[in-house]
Amino acid sequence: MNAPISPETGAVSHREATAALLAVLPARCVRADPEDTRPYECDGLAAYRQMPMIVLLPEDEAQIIAAIAVCRQLGLPIVPRGAGTGLSGGAMPIAGGVVLSTARLNRIVRLDPLSRTAVVQPGVRNLAISEAAAPHGLYYAPDPSSQIACTIGGNVAENSGGVHCLKYGLTVHNVLRVRMVTTDGGIVELGSEALDAPGLDLLAVAIGSEGMLGVVTEVTVKLVPKPRVARVVMASFDDIVKAGDAVASVIAAGIIPAGLEMMDRLSTQVAEEFVHAGYDTQATAVLLCESDGIAEEVEEEIARMSEVLSRCGATALSVSRDEAERLRFWSGRKNAFPAVGRISPDYYCMDGTIPRKHLAHVLQRIEEMEQTYGLRCANVFHAGDGNLHPLIMFDANAPGEFHRAEQFGADILELCVEVGGTITGEHGVGIEKINSMCVQFSRAELDAFLAVKRAFDPAGILNPDKAIPTLHRCAEYGRMHVRHGQMPFPNLPRF
Amino acid sequence: MMDTTLQEFADKIGHAAASGTPLRLRGGGSKDWYGQDVQGTVLDTTAYRGITDYEPTELVISARCGTPLAEIEAHLAQHDQMLAFEPPYFGPSATIGGTVAAGLSGPRRQAAGAVRDFVLGAVLLDGRGELLHFGGKVMKNVAGYDVSRLLAGSLGVFGLIAEVSLKVLPKPVAECTVRQPMTQGEALRRLNEWGGQPLPVSASSWHDGVLTVRLSGARSAVEAARLRIGGDALAQADADAWWGALREHDAAFFAEAAQGLWRLSLPSAAPALALPGTQLIEWGGAQRWLRTDADAATVRAAASAAGGHATLFRGGERDVGVFQPLAPAVLALHRRLKTTFDPAGVINRGRMYKDF
Repeated sequence: MNAPISPETGAVSHREATAALLAVLPARCVRADPEDTRPYECDGLAAYRQMPMIVLLPEDEAQIIAAIAVCRQLGLPIVPRGAGTGLSGGAMPIAGGVVLSTARLNRIVRLDPLSRTAVVQPGVRNLAISEAAAPHGLYYAPDPSSQIACTIGGNVAENSGGVHCLKYGLTVHNVLRVRMVTTDGGIVELGSEALDAPGLDLLAVAIGSEGMLGVVTEVTVKLVPKPRVARVVMASFDDIVKAGDAVASVIAAGIIPAGLEMMDRLSTQVAEEFVHAGYDTQATAVLLCESDGIAEEVEEEIARMSEVLSRCGATALSVSRDEAERLRFWSGRKNAFPAVGRISPDYYCMDGTIPRKHLAHVLQRIEEMEQTYGLRCANVFHAGDGNLHPLIMFDANAPGEFHRAEQFGADILELCVEVGGTITGEHGVGIEKINSMCVQFSRAELDAFLAVKRAFDPAGILNPDKAIPTLHRCAEYGRMHVRHGQMPFPNLPRF
Repeated sequence: MMDTTLQEFADKIGHAAASGTPLRLRGGGSKDWYGQDVQGTVLDTTAYRGITDYEPTELVISARCGTPLAEIEAHLAQHDQMLAFEPPYFGPSATIGGTVAAGLSGPRRQAAGAVRDFVLGAVLLDGRGELLHFGGKVMKNVAGYDVSRLLAGSLGVFGLIAEVSLKVLPKPVAECTVRQPMTQGEALRRLNEWGGQPLPVSASSWHDGVLTVRLSGARSAVEAARLRIGGDALAQADADAWWGALREHDAAFFAEAAQGLWRLSLPSAAPALALPGTQLIEWGGAQRWLRTDADAATVRAAASAAGGHATLFRGGERDVGVFQPLAPAVLALHRRLKTTFDPAGVINRGRMYKDF
């Protein structure tokens, strides 16, 4: 018999839920003690925490189906989790709910060098795929900064990118097929081992759906040839507008760099103090512009990039001479976050995307906000694709500072929407930016998202209350939908 | 305020939904023959046209649905940029809205990606006449479900795709096409092996014992790859004519015939299929065109066994269903999503599958 749902609260007791799950799963797959579930109380966004009731660590698809069936019967919300490295609280537990970790489904099922595909279970780490493919001269292209730890299941949930995504694409461009279990117990295969599948492109919706539509049990990824050579140009600018123009000019010259990153003065300085990458700490902005391919091609492209950057007023320019120097140039950028962590007790990483042409304006407004909120902010920028990461520094122990940092962050996201961008480029909405969704989308659009969720998860138990805000939440948040800087019904008075 | 033309469309959709009258969306009508037969009053989208935003350095173009595809490509060409998925026109009247709705891609798809890979945002006038914005005009955007990519290839079943934003790319600096005689099996093996090496292959075709490969990229990369791959280089005009004829199905293989034209989408390394008829292979082995007398069940079974699917692309006995039947769980998702966006079930009903 199934444990009854308590009539008063609709909530199931810890004991009932544990017993029901233990009836279908081996004991080693069920963690119900707070001591054991504590490590799952947050993901990479550690400021937001919630203890789960139970953590499940299934070992195969059949166990996932069985666990979901129990949760559906008991009305227990399920939060799927990969490695828990996400930065938006998407894997933060729900009170009284279950965390379903796919970490133990960690097998590479098949790797076929001829068709350049790998079939992997969701708990396989991103980097492990590239390591397995390396003997064949192949790799999996999306390389989020957490790639040594994050899993492909989590990458599918978040549509993860990386510093090379302008040229090589995001998860959605590099995954051919996803197999997932839906909450009605069905198994759906989206996409295929071919380049397309019949019917609607449901794969595109599943990727980036933040674990709200199904639990991924298997993924087929594309593998691509590893570039033979990579070199990077490092350029200094004494003016942010010139640096922004330089980025635009590289693109206008018909070059798609393998990586194109910008750092502002503060992030350059803290990174240089931390790792001694050889950065020009007097520069207002430093650009890193990378080329990859065969040796002749890289030489040709580096020459063109250098010419464009010089013409755009770079005050200093150096090209990496060997792999060691290339890695050194990158080390500052790759350590920018921990470098900020060294000079501030806490920092809050934002993730908006803007049309690149508005960069100077946005950075200037962020500088003004620093005054308003009395907090410092360092900026790193995936310049090629317009994805800005402001790092707001604060001290969580100082009363009110975290709240001010959150407000500062929300203002930045609103600014991104105002200039025609988006509140999240790659970290996802999760729980963190759910209020900002009310600013970016109209009620009808949010309702359409909720309806898409219902189509996949009619019971509404899969990561509910994440990513898509309800009408009630937006009303409480009290900020209006903004499009092109226009409020809805601009002629109506507002009080 | 909604644009007046869009408001007219919304009113028509609203009336159709209220009265239960089927509507058939049509851009230039160049792909009227594609998909299942669909009944309904035509809603002509061509009045809603024009490029609304294009800045070459942002690598994004936005245009209204009725904008002629030719106008967009000409505009991009002025800045040495392109729609990298090389969409087929199938007639001079092709519009960008129809291009995205049909979801068809041309020869460069094997290297650059498909229509859906370049869709950054879309405005949808859904089956209730509601105007919905999905995605945006930036490269990276994970706010909300990616409904805009879902609209690529949706054949209009969710409503009218009113405006789209697409990522564009610079045209390659250099291109070279080489041709050599080869058996089908050998061509499939080589194409897949080359795919695993850093070679700038941007298009490929095999037909009747001849393999043709296009290389695109930096001058030095194209030159190095040409020596590596071998074969005779085509004159630029001949090369352009060949890839153009493949893209538009003007090549002799595609000429009207009694037999239907099947499109098989397969894993690129799938071995040569033992089906009767003639084949033309593209996309490094991943797209195989077939002219055959074999019945639909035979063709579909062979495609499924190879890990892919088969579409009755043009002609033939269309009552077998143009598109490969879906697994029941996937079909159920299609039906629920259709109900979400078009609750009255009046927009392009049956164009993709008979039951929605």
